[in-house]
Amino acid sequence: MLPALEIKAIYKSYGRFPVLQDVSLAIQSGEFFALLGPNGAGKTTLISIIAGLTLATSGSVHVMGYNVVTHYQNARLNLGVVPQELVFDPFFTVREILLIQSGYYGIKQNTRWIDEILARLDLADKADANMRSLSGGMKRRVLVAQALVHKPPVIILDEPTAGVDVELRQTLWEFIKQLNRDGHTIVLTTHYLEEAETLCNRVAMLKQGRIIALDTTQNLIKKIPHGHTVRLRLQPDVLPHELKHLQVSCRDGTIELHLESYQQIEWVLASLRTAKIEVQEFRLQQPDLEDVFVSLMKSDRSDLQ
Amino acid sequence: MTAFLTLFHKELLRFWKVGFQTILAPMVSTLLYLLIFLHVLDAHKEVYPGIPYTIFLIPGLVMMAVIQNAFANASSSMIQSKISGNIVFILLSPLTYQQIFYAYVLASIARGLLVGLGVYLITLIFFDIPLHLPLWAILFVVLGSAILGALGLIAGIWADKFDQLAAFQNFIILPLSFLSGVFYTIHALPTGWQYLSHLNPFFYMIDGFRYGYFGVSDISPYVSLVIVAICLVGISIIAIRLLKMGYKLRH
Repeated sequence: MLPALEIKAIYKSYGRFPVLQDVSLAIQSGEFFALLGPNGAGKTTLISIIAGLTLATSGSVHVMGYNVVTHYQNARLNLGVVPQELVFDPFFTVREILLIQSGYYGIKQNTRWIDEILARLDLADKADANMRSLSGGMKRRVLVAQALVHKPPVIILDEPTAGVDVELRQTLWEFIKQLNRDGHTIVLTTHYLEEAETLCNRVAMLKQGRIIALDTTQNLIKKIPHGHTVRLRLQPDVLPHELKHLQVSCRDGTIELHLESYQQIEWVLASLRTAKIEVQEFRLQQPDLEDVFVSLMKSDRSDLQ
Repeated sequence: MTAFLTLFHKELLRFWKVGFQTILAPMVSTLLYLLIFLHVLDAHKEVYPGIPYTIFLIPGLVMMAVIQNAFANASSSMIQSKISGNIVFILLSPLTYQQIFYAYVLASIARGLLVGLGVYLITLIFFDIPLHLPLWAILFVVLGSAILGALGLIAGIWADKFDQLAAFQNFIILPLSFLSGVFYTIHALPTGWQYLSHLNPFFYMIDGFRYGYFGVSDISPYVSLVIVAICLVGISIIAIRLLKMGYKLRH
């Protein structure tokens, strides 16, 4: 089947400075995909190229089979983008903005769908408020609504939850998950790795303009080479000599140990018992996307790909 | 078509919603010009046979108001959208660059004509102004405002900051419109200045527009029409090319 989004060998440089280098990626219809990477990794540039806001130096992008440069009208009809910047048109109310936005996509009558979007994003009571009078979080919701007026099969959200309160994050993700269940392909960038972990089935990590990892979220976590982290609170607050080499850090009375395998837990607890040290708190941390992310960002080359 | 009509409608609403500042204010300032000039200058001196200075001045002022407001509309809309970032909604949409061009230029024509018509109707209360060839007048006012709308679009795309746009307006549009024969007939000028005036495209817009009123003009209206039409085509091609390239809009 034709991928919903196909990115082929994209290069982009500003002058001599390369921003994206040989980025290739295919996202299938119905996927919930995350694009991760530190600031300056090229995520927003890549999204801008997909959206046609930026022209790639070389390479091609297809949205639902349409080239974003040569068949830009069809490509854009199939794409909804939530920009990262909180931009708005101060001349209009929320409803006017959404009607205008619908018109740009050739939709004359869109009241029913607009009402539904407004309700789903908890914006219904702000429908007739001027954009200027809205708070930042509200403006963010309108941006999401604007990207959805034409029910695009592919929806891209560039850090939609940056600087947004917890409540909105929940509302927003519920809505996006629903859209994904309805068959929309979702691509997001986020700084909150736990969001990518709980929501997305596949992840690409970008570093300095290159994809350094591309796999399902589960596989990425499985592939992480290092072991487990144990956090302990002890009474008295000292570690027996034979455990010292496991210690990673000690902060505010919490000792962090690094274990290679689960089998070591037994031995750690036995050593503590022998030394008559009481365990007051014991937490075993599962590796998560953040660990993968951190380890990949630290290493220069990765064998995970 | 819906996409184009929506953008055109949005551009109309944009100035209509702040009509006090975009329509009424320029009408008032144009009428102030008229008031001042009539008091300072010899209003009864005839410029053309049977046409006193007062009557001669009015079409010039109407056209100047049209020119300046058509330019202001496209340029300020574009630069505001660029600086506030909401241009992104147009750039993300399937609107073609031709649709964007026509929507901005037509909205500029609409604002220019509204201000011009307002000034004209108010002066009609006080003066008896002939309108011998209304079709010529309409032709020139539409072409003139279209040129300035396209020019405003170019300036708005080119300028990164409001002061750059203000410079464009103050150092190009304002001198060209003031020195185009708004306030005088170029036959009143020394020969050198007359020659220079012929290089000013705004001169042909105003002279042709006046021809629609009085049936007389400094030069043949057909010549003016050809020159104005060439200007419109040339500036439109530049504006459409800039939009197509995504100059300063798409990186």
